[in-house]
Amino acid sequence: MNPFSAPYLHRPTSVNRSMNLVLVALLPGILVYLTLFGSALIVQIFIASVSALFFEALLLYWRGRPVRERLSDHSALVTAWLIALTFPPLSPWWLTVIGVFFAIVVAKQLYGGLGQNPFNPAMIAFAVCIIAFPALMSQWPAQGLNLPFREQAEIIFGLAPRLDALTSATPLDAIKTALKTDALYDNLQKLLMNQNLYGTFAGRGWEWVTTAYLCGGVFLLIMGVITWHVPVAFIVSMSAIAFICWLIEPSRFANPLFHLFSGGAMLGAFFIATDPVSGCATPRGKLIFGAGAGLLAYLIRVFGSFPDGIAFSVLIMNMTAPLLDLYCQPKVFGALPSMPVKKDLAAKVKEEESP
Amino acid sequence: MSKKKLFSFLGGIKLAHRKEYSSEKAIAPLPMPKKLILPLRQSAGSLPAPIVQVGEKVNKGQCLAAAEGWISASLHAPTSGTIRDIGDYPIAHPSGLVAPCIVIEADGEDAWGERQPLLEHADSERLDPETVQRYLQSMGVVGMGGAVFPSHVKLSKAPGVPLETLIVNGAECEPFITCDDRLMRERAAEIVSGIIFLAELLEAKESVVAIEDNKPEAAAAMRAALAARLEATANHIRVVVIPAVYPAGSLKQLIYTLTGKRAPAGVLPPQLGVQCFNTATVYAIWQAVARGEPVISRIVTVTGNVGRPGNLEVPLGASVADVLQYAEARPESDGCLVGGPMMGFLLPDYDAPIGKGANCLIARSPQFFPHKAPESPCIRCTNCAQACPQGLLPYEMYWWSRARDFAKAERHNLQECIECGCCSYVCPSSIPLVQYFRFAKDALRTAATKKEMADQARERFEFRQFRAEREKTERTQKLAQAAKQQSAKLAAENANAAPAEDLDETRKQALIAAAIERVAGERAKVGCDEGANATEAALAPNHGNSA
Amino acid sequence: MEILVAISVMALGALVLGSAIGYAAIRFKVEGDPVVEKINAILPQTQCGQCSYPGCKPYAEAIARGEAEINLCPPGGDEGVHQLSELLGREYKPLAEESQTEKKASVALIDEADCIGCTLCIQACPVDAILGAAKQMHTVIIPLCTGCELCIAPCPVDCIAMKPLPETPENWEWPYPQIDKSPDAATHAPMPTAAADIQ
Repeated sequence: MNPFSAPYLHRPTSVNRSMNLVLVALLPGILVYLTLFGSALIVQIFIASVSALFFEALLLYWRGRPVRERLSDHSALVTAWLIALTFPPLSPWWLTVIGVFFAIVVAKQLYGGLGQNPFNPAMIAFAVCIIAFPALMSQWPAQGLNLPFREQAEIIFGLAPRLDALTSATPLDAIKTALKTDALYDNLQKLLMNQNLYGTFAGRGWEWVTTAYLCGGVFLLIMGVITWHVPVAFIVSMSAIAFICWLIEPSRFANPLFHLFSGGAMLGAFFIATDPVSGCATPRGKLIFGAGAGLLAYLIRVFGSFPDGIAFSVLIMNMTAPLLDLYCQPKVFGALPSMPVKKDLAAKVKEEESP
Repeated sequence: MSKKKLFSFLGGIKLAHRKEYSSEKAIAPLPMPKKLILPLRQSAGSLPAPIVQVGEKVNKGQCLAAAEGWISASLHAPTSGTIRDIGDYPIAHPSGLVAPCIVIEADGEDAWGERQPLLEHADSERLDPETVQRYLQSMGVVGMGGAVFPSHVKLSKAPGVPLETLIVNGAECEPFITCDDRLMRERAAEIVSGIIFLAELLEAKESVVAIEDNKPEAAAAMRAALAARLEATANHIRVVVIPAVYPAGSLKQLIYTLTGKRAPAGVLPPQLGVQCFNTATVYAIWQAVARGEPVISRIVTVTGNVGRPGNLEVPLGASVADVLQYAEARPESDGCLVGGPMMGFLLPDYDAPIGKGANCLIARSPQFFPHKAPESPCIRCTNCAQACPQGLLPYEMYWWSRARDFAKAERHNLQECIECGCCSYVCPSSIPLVQYFRFAKDALRTAATKKEMADQARERFEFRQFRAEREKTERTQKLAQAAKQQSAKLAAENANAAPAEDLDETRKQALIAAAIERVAGERAKVGCDEGANATEAALAPNHGNSA
Repeated sequence: MEILVAISVMALGALVLGSAIGYAAIRFKVEGDPVVEKINAILPQTQCGQCSYPGCKPYAEAIARGEAEINLCPPGGDEGVHQLSELLGREYKPLAEESQTEKKASVALIDEADCIGCTLCIQACPVDAILGAAKQMHTVIIPLCTGCELCIAPCPVDCIAMKPLPETPENWEWPYPQIDKSPDAATHAPMPTAAADIQ
């Protein structure tokens, strides 16, 4: 008999359960999205899910891993849904499939599958597609797009012509363009007042979608799937930098509330930056990770050349995660600073209390 | 009594207590089995040496094996009978390997030998700690909570540090186990006497009996027993109810909960002015000093998939099978755990005997232990780090242990792991983290032993070479000296012969040639004999070579 | 003119840097050859001579001089070759063919009934682990024996045999967990029940 070690009791929990909870937490956001921006999203979620499962199964099979067992952890579905939610809903089907391919095959499976990917797969998909297809990735629908489901599906599958009139710049985009163009600069003030674009507090329509994400995120916190560190640090740092800029020149910069509730901020804070695999794992590391992601996201979305900064900020922080973790090792229970076992690590790592 | 603040350690987990199966069952003696197998290994440290012969008749309580060295405890006969064998038998160990044991065939009379209680004549106040330590060692008292560390060793205080707090550990934080609970409920008076004895002996400023909040009856019984003794108040002994968070009964965590002191690695509790004994150990100490009864039995909780769960007073050496049969273990059970479900082990062989540290037997079945999902990849969810009471990063330790990079695992404080099992319990990927850590720790231990042996071998080899070299030079020097003497002698002869003018040149030449030849011949012989010389030197390294 | 300036600046730079390097070479001179010690620390110190060098230290010196391959030490095993390759930056090679079999840790045991007390094994033992005198029975001091087998060949009556060290609960190691296999698949002996007792 091959002895196996204690403990013989286990909490009834699984990776599958965590992933399912993430999917459930995304539902409120998806529902609001569907109501406000039309049913095209459901087609995208379908395309992304099917292609993600297909690529995952194929790669697992090639890599000689137990396909059914690994597929059933639903991590591919989480990636697929995040891709569907971050891509424009009317983007053509092949764009979504390319995104999923880069996420599942390149970013995840080629690095060794679940638990081994250094970068957030969904954000890799977004980054690849926005660099390769900037125009397609910027066609966002305006609120109240009342095309019937069939027509939307036809657009996605290329059976109907793409109509530029259907889409409009997102509030974030509009403000950035205004900030950079002198001619429009005078209008910024008006732009920020424009209820049609700006909505009640942060981008017409999108404010409710992101509020729904926030609710989903709080649900994840309560269920213990994520810890508070990353979302709190993300929101605090983004609010802080937005507040400072807004204070300096309120006519040029939008208020913190606008930034928190527009674009992918809430999705990023609760669903993307909290990815355990590619993020930090130590409590202090998570705080720095979240704060860095929030700060970079603001800088990129306001001063950079992309409509939103979540993907790039998260990817940049992913790069720093291993180093952050190394420098943020928590203190061992009862450890003294001069513990011999820690000596060579202590040379590099500053000891500090875990929060 | 003033209520003191309790400290709560980070991490830990809430577990279903599952003590209800056996907590209401009074302690009952197990009928004496016919054959008892007593492993010599009943404590940490060195093995005691057998002092009985096969075929010898022994009385109950008679010493079978005497302690060897300081960290060692004696072993006694649990009943009267005949020694049938001294040899290797399977013992209760996860490996299922055999170890030296003494086998007794019970004669059914259960006749006690002579008992000499320490306290019969002496007054406890006049006892010096060393006498008590020697006595407890000879009575085989070890930690009965499972660690089986010889208790007498723990009676030594750290020099210059007064004992602030004597902790009596009645936490019993693992699920299922109820033996200490029952002991405190039924034999509180003896335990209290033991605490008073220890508190006076160690001059403890205060003593604390720590009991988890899921055992109110035990706490009440202990409080009542303390109230009945005046010395209890004089020695500031009190009962403290602590929250039931696993592993509250673990040494470092318990010390922190009660005193707020954190024990760093390598620092022993006495250096912090704390000492900790299990309730069952305190009871054993009192049985020894007051009644002269060595440790020959222990309370074992038998529970899980059995028809008659309970708490049995089991003579040491009774086999697990004896106990399981008595408790009517159900045949569909798939294995038996020794110890608790979090830190115990699955017994490979039911014939293995009950030892001093076996506090619990749990018949395993899917009803009590649902099947675990197969292992899946780690997603670094850090649930393990949040659960770790030692503040470690199990996912990092796992990563390096799995890759067999033990040095890195050690750098992540692998050796600080207390193997409590919290990390494995919460892991959503069902990774057997504790086994990875045990595997890595054992590999490190073996590597350290090998290194030590290699260093020793290198030293011995280098010394041998040095010695061979030294002998060679000594030998050449000696030969050179001999040659010198020879030529001096020759010169003297020549000088003597000088007046004799007839001594011709050719004779002189011949003499010198002969001398050279002799020396050369002897040199060659030395070359061949070097090994032999070395040998002789090995046997008498301080003497020169006489050849 | 400019060329001269350039040349003199370069020359000056070379002079300064050169003297700095020269100073560092003297100031931070490394005594002895620590790499030999490092190699020797990896070698298992069985002193068995299977590498064809008379002991571990000579083999370490030969490796350090670049004369010997790093895969000649069977007692050090594959693990040892890996460590050497890592230390020296030399490419890993599997253990040399003639020494490929890795043996279980063993010690020599003298059959004391047959021993004639010839001292030949004592002379062969590289770590002085055999005790005895001429025409007296010899014995191996087991904790000191490295299992090098050098004493076996010289024995004229073939009374020395290698005995594998037994596995005991003390030196037993937890095995590497079995991946992708539920531990519940482990089989168990039938539970000792009262019924089984009657049988």
